[in-house]
Formats: sequence, C-alpha cells, structure tokens
Amino acid sequence: MLQTNQQNLISPSTIAVDGGSRPSKLNILITIACTAIVITALMPILVIALSWTSDQTSVWQHLIATQLSTLLRNSVVLVVGVAFVVVILGVSLAWLTVMCEFPGRRWLDWALMLPMAMPAYVLAFVVLGIFDIAGPLQQSLHAWFGDAYQHVDVRGEPVVIMVLALVFYPYVYMLARSAFLSQSSDVLEAARVLGMGRSATFFRVALPMARPAIVAGTALAVMETLADFGAVSVFNYDTFTTAIYKSWFGLFNIHAASQLASLLLLFVALGLLAERSSRGRASYHQSARLQHRYRHKLSMIQAMLACGYCLTVLAVAFIIPVSQLMYWIIQEGIATIDLRYLNLLWRTLTLGALAALLTVSLALLLAFGKRRATAKVRVFYSTASLGYALPGSVLAVGVMLSFVFIDQTLIAAVFAWLDMPARQMLVGSVLALLAAYWVRFLAVAAGPVESSLERIRNSVSEAAKSLGAGPVRLLWSIYLPMLRPGILTAAVLVFVDVMKEMPATLLLRPFGWDTLAVRIYEMTSEGEWYRAALPALTLVLAGLVPVVVAVKKSDIR
Amino acid sequence: MSFINTISELMQSIIRIVKNCITQLSTAKTTTLRYASHFAVTLLMALIILATGGCGGSTVAPEDLVVYSARKEHLIKPLFDQFTVETGIRVHYVTDEAGPLLARLKAEGEQSQADILMTVDAGNLWQATEQGVLATVESTVLEKNVPSHLRDANNHWFGLTIRARTIVYASDRVKVDELSTYEDLAGQQWAGRLCLRTSKKVYNQSLVALMIAALGEQQTQRVVTAWVNNLALPPLSNDVKVMEAIVAGQCDVGIVNSYYFGRLMRQYPEYHLALYWPNQHGEQAAGRGVHVNVSAAGVTRASRKQDKAVALLEWLSDIKAQQMLMELNQEFAVNPQVKPLPEMAAWGQFKADSINVGEAGRLQVQAIKLMDRAGYH
Repeated sequence: MLQTNQQNLISPSTIAVDGGSRPSKLNILITIACTAIVITALMPILVIALSWTSDQTSVWQHLIATQLSTLLRNSVVLVVGVAFVVVILGVSLAWLTVMCEFPGRRWLDWALMLPMAMPAYVLAFVVLGIFDIAGPLQQSLHAWFGDAYQHVDVRGEPVVIMVLALVFYPYVYMLARSAFLSQSSDVLEAARVLGMGRSATFFRVALPMARPAIVAGTALAVMETLADFGAVSVFNYDTFTTAIYKSWFGLFNIHAASQLASLLLLFVALGLLAERSSRGRASYHQSARLQHRYRHKLSMIQAMLACGYCLTVLAVAFIIPVSQLMYWIIQEGIATIDLRYLNLLWRTLTLGALAALLTVSLALLLAFGKRRATAKVRVFYSTASLGYALPGSVLAVGVMLSFVFIDQTLIAAVFAWLDMPARQMLVGSVLALLAAYWVRFLAVAAGPVESSLERIRNSVSEAAKSLGAGPVRLLWSIYLPMLRPGILTAAVLVFVDVMKEMPATLLLRPFGWDTLAVRIYEMTSEGEWYRAALPALTLVLAGLVPVVVAVKKSDIR
Repeated sequence: MSFINTISELMQSIIRIVKNCITQLSTAKTTTLRYASHFAVTLLMALIILATGGCGGSTVAPEDLVVYSARKEHLIKPLFDQFTVETGIRVHYVTDEAGPLLARLKAEGEQSQADILMTVDAGNLWQATEQGVLATVESTVLEKNVPSHLRDANNHWFGLTIRARTIVYASDRVKVDELSTYEDLAGQQWAGRLCLRTSKKVYNQSLVALMIAALGEQQTQRVVTAWVNNLALPPLSNDVKVMEAIVAGQCDVGIVNSYYFGRLMRQYPEYHLALYWPNQHGEQAAGRGVHVNVSAAGVTRASRKQDKAVALLEWLSDIKAQQMLMELNQEFAVNPQVKPLPEMAAWGQFKADSINVGEAGRLQVQAIKLMDRAGYH
C-alpha cells in the first residue's frame, strides 16, 4: 500500500535478485543474522513437533472414531469459504477505490481498512448479540409478527465464514490496493489500445500482475482463520483448532494437542509450497513510468452502486458493530473507567509499538537476506513465517517452553558461575512477550516489506555503490526511503495484530502487565459480554491510531 | 491524584522532546540525516515507552506471594487487596486458562515464582496434583472450614466457593412437578425442549463425569445421547445464551450454573425463568443431590513461602473472605458457617451431591470421550 512520492524518483522495473552471493563481510553478517532469526522463530515449532516422540495412539483412535472427519470438513469449508470471500471483497474494493472515481471514494479508500482493528472474537460476539435468537432484531420481528414468526438460528456456517471474512478482508484489500496503485496505467492503457475490453483488462492484465500481493493477503487471512479460536467458539463451530484446545484443556493431553497443531502447520506449509510452485517462474514486471493516475469516471448508477457496495461492507464490518459496542457501553454505564484503565491502554499501545518496531526490523533484515540468498536458502528463510498459522496458545506454550529451557540451562549456569541462587529472567519478562509477538507476526511484516523490496532494482543500489556510498549510507539514503510504504504497512499490521493478540499475552505477560485484550478475555470468559464492550471499543479505537497515522504519513492519493 | 499529575507531566515532556526532534528534523538538510534522525526519534520513543511502561508493572519482592489464577481478575483482586490490608503481604497474580498456567507451572519446575494455583473447577487441580506440582498442606483451619468432599483427600487443594450446576426452566411454560432429575431430561417429554451449553466447557464435563460416577458409563451414555436427541438448538456457547434461548421461547429447560442465573435475573427481573434443584429425592443416584463443583486453590511445590501461601488459603476460607467471595459472584461459600445471600436463599434450600469433587477430574477424560460418542459437541 501507500505509495510515496519517492517512488517517482527511482522507479521500479523488475524483481531484482542478487544472483550469486559474493562472500563479503556484510553478506556473511546478514546470513548469520538471518539464520539466527529463522532458528529462533522455529524453536517453538520444534518444541511442538517434539510431541511426536510420545505415543498418543488412544487419543488419535478416539478422534478418528468420533470427530476427526467433521473437524477436517469444517476446517476445509471454513478456509475455502473465507479465502473466497476475502478475495472477492478485498480485490473488488481495492479495484474500485484505486481505479474508479465515485462519491466518497477518497475517504472510503482508507476507511475500508478500519475493520482490521476489529478483533474477530469481538465481531463474533457483536454479530451474535444483534442477530441471535434473543437479540434485538429477532425479538422485534417476533413482537411484530407474533407467534407466526419462526426464530432462525444464525450460528450456521455461512455466518461464521462471513464474520471471519469481514475481519480478515483488509489484509487482501491493503495488499491488492498497493499492488494496483503500483501498476502503472500505461500497461493497462496498452491493453485497452490493443482492443481489450475493460473487464478483460482487469482479468487478464491487472489481476495477474497483482497476484503475488493477493495471494500474500489471502494466505494471511487463511492462516488467521486456521488459528482462530475466539470467534469459532462464540459460534460453537468445531474446527481443527477447537480440537487442539479440547485435547489440551479437556483431555489434559498437551502432547496430543501439539501433534494436532503440528499437523495443522504441515497443511499450511504444503499449501504455501503448492501456491509457490504453481506460480512457477513467472515474474511480475512493472513498467518504469508512474504518472498521474487516470481514474475511470463511473456513470451515475454505477457510482451509486459502487458507493453503496463499499458503504455496505464498511457498515456491516465496522459501523454497526461499533455502534452496538457503544450502545452496550451506555447501557452498562461508563463508571468502569478508572486509572487502571488508562494503564491498560498505555500498556497495549506500548507493547504494540515495541513489537511493531522489533518485528519490522527483523523482517527487513530477513528480506535483505532473502535478496542475497540462493533459492534453497530462501525457502529456508521463509519457514520463519510459519508460526502465524499456529493457534495462539499453542505457539505461546512453545515460546514459553523454549524460554524456560534457556532460563534453566544457560541463565541458570550463569547464576551458578556467579554463585547466586538461580532465578527466572526470561519467562514473565517483557522480553519473552516481545519474542512471542515477533515469532507470531513475522509473517505479517514479511509480506509488505519483501514485496516493496522486490520492486527496487539492483541497478539502483549498484549505482549508489559506484558513486561511493557505503552500506550504511545505502541503507539510510536509498533503501529506507524507498521501502517506506512497505515498512509503514508492515508496522501498522503488526501493531494492530499485537494489540488484538490474546493467548500469548495471557501466558507470558509480566505481573500487572494487563492489556485491553486481556481485559476482554476476563469479561467474556465469565459470560459478561456487555462489560467487555468498553475494552473492546477502546481496542478498536486504539487500533485506528496506527491506521490513520500510516494513511497520513503516506501520500496515497 | 499524584498519579495523574505524574502521567500528565510525563506526557508533556514526551511531547516536548518529540516537538524538538521534529523541528530539528525539518531543518535537517540531507536525506541521510533526515532518515537517521527519524530512526533516532523512534528509538528514543521506544526507550521512553519502555521505561515509563515498566514502572507501572509490579515487581515481585521476595516476600510477596504469587498466584497463578484461572479465576478472573475482578473476582479475586478485591480479596487480595483486602488480604494485603490485613496482613501486609502483597499478592501478585497472572490470570489465564488453567491449561496454559499448569503447563507453565510444570515447565518452570523448582524455579517457579508461583506460590498458589487457583482454578474454577476441581478437575484441573486434580490434574495438577497428578502432575506433581502441588504440595500437601497440613492446616487444621482449612480442614475445619472446607468440608472434606470439597477438598483433595491428600490435602493438595481446597475448595473456596461452590458452583451449583442446576436446571433452569421457563416458569410460564413448565410446571415444577414436571421436573425431577438431570437424567429425566433425557425423557421423551422433553423432545425439542432442551437447551445445553457446549460439551467443551469444563462445567458440563464435570457434570457428566460425576454422572458416570453415580450411574456408570453405559447408563450415562444413554442419558447423554437422549439429551442430544432432545435438543431444540445445537449446543450454545455459554450459560447466558442457554437462558436467553429459553426466554425467547426456543426451549423450555436447560442446565446452567446458578450464579449466571442470579446475574441475569438481577439485570432482567421480569424474565419468566426459575431455578430447579434436581435429584433431591429418591434412592441412590436419583437422590444424590445437585451437581456441584468448586473454584479451588492449592499451594505449589515450588513455593518458598509455603507458610504465607497457606495463610492466604486459610484467610480465603474464613468467614469474612467467604462472604466477599459470595457477594462478588453469587457463588455459595464452602465454609458452612456462611449463610447464602438473601437473593440466593430465595432459590430455596438444596441438597448437594456429596461425592468428592476431585472425582470429576479423575473421570473427565472418560466423560469427554463419552460425550463425543454421543454426538454432544
């Protein structure tokens, strides 16, 4: 997303990859750093995979005999459904706001990103609150029509899919939008001149060129869907992830839960690999010229339809839920706001900002590493993103176990050497929490950072080098300015995701470091939905801050 | 108030720093310098944030107590605050689900800072005992205040509040004499009239586990299967939804924890809902009493302050704290000396199942597998 005027100075043309790695000091340094990142990111996953050393045949037999087929079916339906809807919503909205002109386009352009700030579990309980049998809608229908009205149970599959899709479509929207923005209009014009219709231009030129971005966004949405526990539990919809939690919390069997989780990861890894190989050697070149964008003026009816469509999505995904939250808050009274509340907000923003800074820096380093690496090493580097598909609690336990291991071996040894009684330094520290965040959200930061790095031609850095710029100067004066849109997008995504994050925060936070998400959890797990409205709305509003900042900071029009 | 002042001063100084930096930034000539200072500002902000954010977090002094709690903050904090006032011992806590807390406690082993593990059901503490992370506690006070079936036989953990899981019904559509036992809800007369919460919730797992203890596995399987056939709606995600579905006329009976009922009726006194205490009469299983579970706590084996930890548990089981616990969430006190609140007494006296609640933990896995086979999800 977020084009900057810097891109006009040095325009992208091809995906530039440094072919052979020259063994310079810098290269070696980067390689070591990247390997360290990947190994750290894989450590929790390794811990989880180690569960296969224990024999859990009886649990598996039970699962296969009773639920496994339903779980697999549900997960597949959910993933396919959500993927389908997010692509339709994300791509169509991005196309409309980038390529067409209609009333309201200028603010819808950024407003359509807002649903990202809405945690899936919050939208789920709001939707159920409104549309459920006992909700205001069905109750007033019942009052209107009397006993002739048949109540409808809205907890069906389509509603679960829609709820998740409405929360996750901004991933596709943001990435597709930036892809469309970076497509120079002369390619599209050329297609038109050569006799393609408008829809053919879209389907045969614009869409294929935006494919990497759309796929990246969809992959994020799918991984979030697989890892989701909060929203599906509100609907009591059984998925692979609910089975993981059930094995752990109910059957007291953390090994079986880990085995299930590692299977889930395997599916995700295979899916990503399949997509990569189907894309094959195709590369997506960009034309060099970016000029004033020509926006298609829609006819009166078309404009009204476009505007209505965008507004509907925004209303369902954001405006209505936010109003419902506000209504609940007024109903409950805002007496619960106190100083501790301010603290919650402060902590939430702090953790979000720190994690965003850290995660984006690491993603950047990894992106540079990938640029210099051979194809095989690049796949190795990509595995660092896998943690995103793990259900939050499972990853949190993986991180926790890794840190306990470090605490009890390395750090305990240091204490012993100093002749001091050993104590835990990592678990329950901010450091461990931040580590859990970056391991989980590296995938989110990697997408935008890498795709904007891909657009920088090698010749640019070579030119700078030939003019005598050292690596530091190169980074500050060439790369960072050119990467700014990608970095901003990545930072916003991570910031918002961290604020919404619940399981790792719960398990690893230091004493007293509660966040808004923790507060929401405390309320909802006791069934006090209405009291969760205040922290939920605060979370949504706080999530707007980075989105608005990023929009302001970037020259998007 | 001094806290507000500190915060506002802090904010002002941050804003000042940022402003200064921005002015310097805009005057910076070269791009390099500009971006370098961009980064410097960000880093500075991060450090400030870390420093100021850190001071609000609580550091654990060696003499403080640490509690890992699956019971939620707003239901424990007032008690811990009161304990600190009375004894001067500070209490720190983390809240989470019991599963992750237990995993953490186990992984941390001897080095764990935790002194007490607190959960909202006996099953998880039974599991914690199995994993060997809880210490045995010898305390005559606890043995006096907590009835023997509400604590571990070997004194690894002690119940703090009783949570009764009972029948709720639509008082305008169901006559009281239609109701009798949990098992009776499996009867033909309830076809299409029953609502249940999901079997993934530990409350239902304990209910079915102790039904296995009373009826045996085969009989329980028949009951649960018939329950599923009687359902008016697929299982709901929480107890409040069950009651709302009854109010909306979707079903006539359900099974919920009494305090959810109390909370809902306090909010909407006009609802035609009533509680029924099942299994009060009859021989053996039919008259075993209402299913109860406990929120409970045990002292960890790793604790280096076991005396203080025991003191906290003893304090929690005492009349004053028991009264507070009851008022916070309308749960019944374990201490027999504490009388229920008037609004709870209005639900009527009841006989509770006197089986040791730890059995719910022992039979939990069996119960879950049974419910899976019965198609109750």
